[in-house]
Amino acid sequence: MTTEVGSETEVKKDSEQLGPDKAKDNPEEASETPENQKSRETSSEEAQDSSSVPAPTSQSSPSSQKEEKASPESKGISRFLPPWLKKQKSYTLAEPKDETKKRTTGEQQVVEESECQAPDRVAQPQKSLEEAAAENQHNAKADDKEEKHSVSSAETQPAKEDGKEMEVEKVAKEKEEKQTEKEKRETKEVQTAEIKPESIPQKSPKKIKTVQCKVMLLDGTEYSCDLEKRAKGQVLFDKVCEHLNLLEKDYFGLLFYENSDQKNWLDSSKEIKRQIRSLPWIFTFNVKFYPPDPSQLTEDITRYFLCLQLRQDIASGRLPCSFVTHALLGSYTLQAELGDHDPEEHRSDYISEFQFAPNQTQEMEEKVAELHKTHRGLTPAQADSQFLENAKRLSMYGVDLHHAKDSEGVDIMLGVCANGLLIYKDRLRINRFAWPKILKISYKRSNFYIKVRPAELEQFESTIGFKLPNHRAAKRLWKVCVEHHTFFRLVSPEQPPKAKFLTLGSKFRYSGRTQAQTRQASNLIDRPAPYFERTSSKRVSRSLDGAPMGISDQSLLRDFPATGGQAAGDKIIDIEAAGQAKLREGGREEDGSPVKTPQLELTQDGKSNSLRVDGENIYVRHSNLMLEDLDKTQDDLLKHQASISELKRNFMESTPEPRPNEWEKRRITPLSLQTQGRHATRAEGPCTGVSDADKSSHETLDIVEEKKQAEVGIEETLVVDETNKGKMQVATDAGETCKVEHLSKKDSSSLPSDSSSSSSSSESEDEEVGEYQPHHRGIEEVIREEQEEEEDMKRKEHEEKIQHVETTPEGSKLNVPVEHTQVTAEDFVQENAVTIATEEKNLSEEIKQDLGEEKEEEQLKLNGDVSHVDIDVAPQIICCSEPPVVKTEMVTISDATQRTEISTKEVPIVQTETKTITYESPQFDGSAGGNAGVLLSAQTITSESISTTTTTHITKMVKGGVSETRIEKRIVITGDADIDHDEALAQAIKEAKEQHPDMSVTRVVVHKETELAEEDEE
Amino acid sequence: MAGLGGGSAAFGRCTHAVVRALPESLCRQALRRAPGPEVDFARAEREHQLYVGVLRGKLGLQVLELPADESLPDCAFVEDAAVVCEETALVTRPGAPSRRKEVEAMKRVLESLNLNIVEMIDENATLDGGDVLFTGREFFVGLSRRTNQRGAEILADTFKDYAVSTVPVHDALHLKSFCSMAGPNLIAIGSSEAAQKALKTMQQMSDHRYDKLTVPDDAAANCIYLNIPSKGHVLLHRAPEEYPESAKVFEKLKDHMLIPIANTELDKVDGSLTCCSVLINKTSEL
Repeated sequence: MTTEVGSETEVKKDSEQLGPDKAKDNPEEASETPENQKSRETSSEEAQDSSSVPAPTSQSSPSSQKEEKASPESKGISRFLPPWLKKQKSYTLAEPKDETKKRTTGEQQVVEESECQAPDRVAQPQKSLEEAAAENQHNAKADDKEEKHSVSSAETQPAKEDGKEMEVEKVAKEKEEKQTEKEKRETKEVQTAEIKPESIPQKSPKKIKTVQCKVMLLDGTEYSCDLEKRAKGQVLFDKVCEHLNLLEKDYFGLLFYENSDQKNWLDSSKEIKRQIRSLPWIFTFNVKFYPPDPSQLTEDITRYFLCLQLRQDIASGRLPCSFVTHALLGSYTLQAELGDHDPEEHRSDYISEFQFAPNQTQEMEEKVAELHKTHRGLTPAQADSQFLENAKRLSMYGVDLHHAKDSEGVDIMLGVCANGLLIYKDRLRINRFAWPKILKISYKRSNFYIKVRPAELEQFESTIGFKLPNHRAAKRLWKVCVEHHTFFRLVSPEQPPKAKFLTLGSKFRYSGRTQAQTRQASNLIDRPAPYFERTSSKRVSRSLDGAPMGISDQSLLRDFPATGGQAAGDKIIDIEAAGQAKLREGGREEDGSPVKTPQLELTQDGKSNSLRVDGENIYVRHSNLMLEDLDKTQDDLLKHQASISELKRNFMESTPEPRPNEWEKRRITPLSLQTQGRHATRAEGPCTGVSDADKSSHETLDIVEEKKQAEVGIEETLVVDETNKGKMQVATDAGETCKVEHLSKKDSSSLPSDSSSSSSSSESEDEEVGEYQPHHRGIEEVIREEQEEEEDMKRKEHEEKIQHVETTPEGSKLNVPVEHTQVTAEDFVQENAVTIATEEKNLSEEIKQDLGEEKEEEQLKLNGDVSHVDIDVAPQIICCSEPPVVKTEMVTISDATQRTEISTKEVPIVQTETKTITYESPQFDGSAGGNAGVLLSAQTITSESISTTTTTHITKMVKGGVSETRIEKRIVITGDADIDHDEALAQAIKEAKEQHPDMSVTRVVVHKETELAEEDEE
Repeated sequence: MAGLGGGSAAFGRCTHAVVRALPESLCRQALRRAPGPEVDFARAEREHQLYVGVLRGKLGLQVLELPADESLPDCAFVEDAAVVCEETALVTRPGAPSRRKEVEAMKRVLESLNLNIVEMIDENATLDGGDVLFTGREFFVGLSRRTNQRGAEILADTFKDYAVSTVPVHDALHLKSFCSMAGPNLIAIGSSEAAQKALKTMQQMSDHRYDKLTVPDDAAANCIYLNIPSKGHVLLHRAPEEYPESAKVFEKLKDHMLIPIANTELDKVDGSLTCCSVLINKTSEL
């Protein structure tokens, strides 16, 4: 274990680091599998994203540790560096400011090193090229002063999140340590991941690549600027907002179009170039979240832009309204832009220059003029307000429509809005799912699914599937849903899915401020109302309609020198770099290849992280089951392949079925017992039973992830020495249990760590699956609507996810929440790969590592009984039925303080003060042999300097009709050198004993990774 | 100003009412879902006159009374022939073929009021006004034997400002056979299973949360809410003699001016209170 400064983040990093290290250590594995490479690339990309990453921390080498202490930024690299490189290291220390550069070089070297170690890696030149290109860019960036400047400015404002990553040093300094750490980690990963062909020219540093961006503004004007090529979306967005003098900017966003009609929101936390696939860079500044009550906006200028947006929406027909409303809104527009009606000046046709409606008639114009006269005396701001007061009541106000088909192939529209998801057939609303009603949102390939809370009197939630035109559309819809849910329903953004361990799928999360946060921030706006000129909507009207901005605009294209290939956009072109860039882009273009994806995600995560830090997201809770790219496997997983493949097969088979698509029925009958039985047989994959417990304080982060059997194999590794018999009443008779629950709870303290994770998701298409489970915590008070039913069962505050699976008679008495997610084994595999490759959280990672391969373990391992199991409080129920066992679990997370979980008596619920991860994995035949069922629970407690992970492994065996359950618990304490391991250990044991008096400690392992990386066993 | 109903404050505002006299053919030829006792035409007329009298005399509305048409036995149920919201009137295409001609007179009278008229000319569309519940915020359209999806779509196209949600209606003639608005945010709903199911659907479909007033009798849940400037909340509901238990429920509405109206005869041919009038809020402007 590395002894680092005390934040949890660090711990995570460590764990993450471990991953890469591992990779190094076992070059063969890594190199041989394509998936490995992918993962590596991913990590490398991550590193790129966090260009600002300070030198990586080296855990293994003593010298590096020193460095770490001295400056966190410089951590990590040293370890990877061969002795001959050490100079650089020191150099780095000496000149922190140049770190970026150095690091780059360091990376390169590292890369080389890696090459040496594993020539196989070179096998994928493309990727390596990409990386190299990225590095080059990085260099360029470092050189670019403008960049720095912008960055620095960004830093000053918490709101501006971008650029942090870009500038390592500054960020590092200003940011909290965790971020730094994170960056470090990223760096590390990069190192491991990077494979570089010798050909990579790294010497090109001096050139700064910039790309010209054009942004079409709401008033029809165009804003253009040059951006450093690796700039993140936030940089551009901030520039635009600054240009507009807009402070309440969270409602807005930048759109870009692909294929002319597919609009995509630019993710501000990610690099632009990774999102927009072609040049030129043309964006449209638009309202992203329509405030339900515009009168609550603080500034008139914000309302003004909202008005402009709505005028476009209305004139283009996107926002339908009646004749009367057209006329009324038009009249307010005139009042705002022209002032009082002046008979002299405003003659007959003054109106026809404006466009008020898609089909504007003479009659309408007359009506507008007539109404205009009645507004005499209204100031422009008042007229805008009136405009908004009327516009906001339109039924389609703020509804983002997506074409889809229902399960029967009928064309419908899915509308995402502040309150939830609306389903339209033609113009008719045929269903509606308010956010509180939705337990989970996911997509897989071109399918989009929502899991809906059971209706009254119903026991099971149902999953409703929709078919989107293609995968991208499905993902786009999913993202929009995630963003809207977060923005309108949560008090603070969720953290990106943290645990890689059991998760698959996109890690995308909305990283901006929520409405609640932006309102709060707006209250602090203290400036005189800014003067702004209202441009005539005449101009606007011309550019209306659908996809604004002429991507086809020739002038724009002209602006960009055709520099060949993809690199054309770069004004300054390093030839080599350009070439690389091309390569990279080419690779990218194919799909968002897996590689890319991870990068994006990382970036984002980092971003979100920073956000959180800035903001006060003190609590984050999310339960996600994320499914990610399939197909990417890591070496680690190889062992489990066999079992996985089997699972996969099962999965595939089962997949089609799971979707109860009859959304039309409004409630689909949830999986009934019978169904479940089936599922079990099929090896229903990952199930997410999430129950979030919120803390009232909101400091809890609950994550529950359930996984499939596929994971079981992995988890088995975790098996702990300790056995506690009789403790577990949960019995899985059948040898196969499919679910793993992963509960994690976090405190505010743990937040930082959470943020750090996220490597795998990306925008690329690779992600075929994404899941998102909305938790409504902050707002719950406000919304009680549909939650009552379940709330009883759970804590009042958090309903979140309960899934009930009835598998067995036993199950009936127990509340068994089961989510059936369709994650294919592939996904699972992928996830693992990802997980390993890019690490996120300390705990989770550690766990992962442990699971995946135990080599990396550090820290103290305590094998003993379950330390924090609250049997009473949170009863988890695991029911096992017959041979095909379906396990259902309820995972409830509660604060240590407040426990109202739903747990079943039998299943131990692990509570951690900070983070609890519980997963239950049933064993399936293929894996692990004899045990009937395994329940694992892992809980992690993270504090500032220490993180404790407890994994519980429950095995139930049936012997001759007698079932016996063993609970094996392993507690891993990870922390800095500073912490008192002994004390921590003692405490952990004590707690465990309190809960399980009869448990015994079988083994204590102290693993120190310090300079010497020594390991002790006690 | 007219915009979008002006929120709940303006809900129930009404200046004009269109009614139609009862044809004698109603007694024998009016459509009915189930055979039942014969209509006492004289009594039916008295009740109807009382109804019109309340609108005109007590509430001060301008009542436009169309003459009866003996060839149209159901013509008194004018509600089905038109949906009027603010300044726009949708002239429907009633689901029962025998009633299609009822709309002609309705269209003329609406034109005389200078409303924006939209006609439902699609031959695949059917819509009875009795299936249209306007809450002040949105429309619910019952998909019944009389109203189909296409009719609902046309309604949605006509009133673009509002969400139009569809509600399956079973075991009842119309959506409003068991529910109606009893206040700006208050839905009166019957107790039958069909009514409760429809209510659930409506609740799910709406972004808004309505209060509900549950009455024991479905037929009694059909009432007429008006917001008359000089009188405030006015509610016309079925008389205690008809539905004593339901009347008790209405009597708990303290803020409402309650006007019991007997409707015993038309009830026999599935006529309810709202069926017999089209209420229009004609603002002087516009």
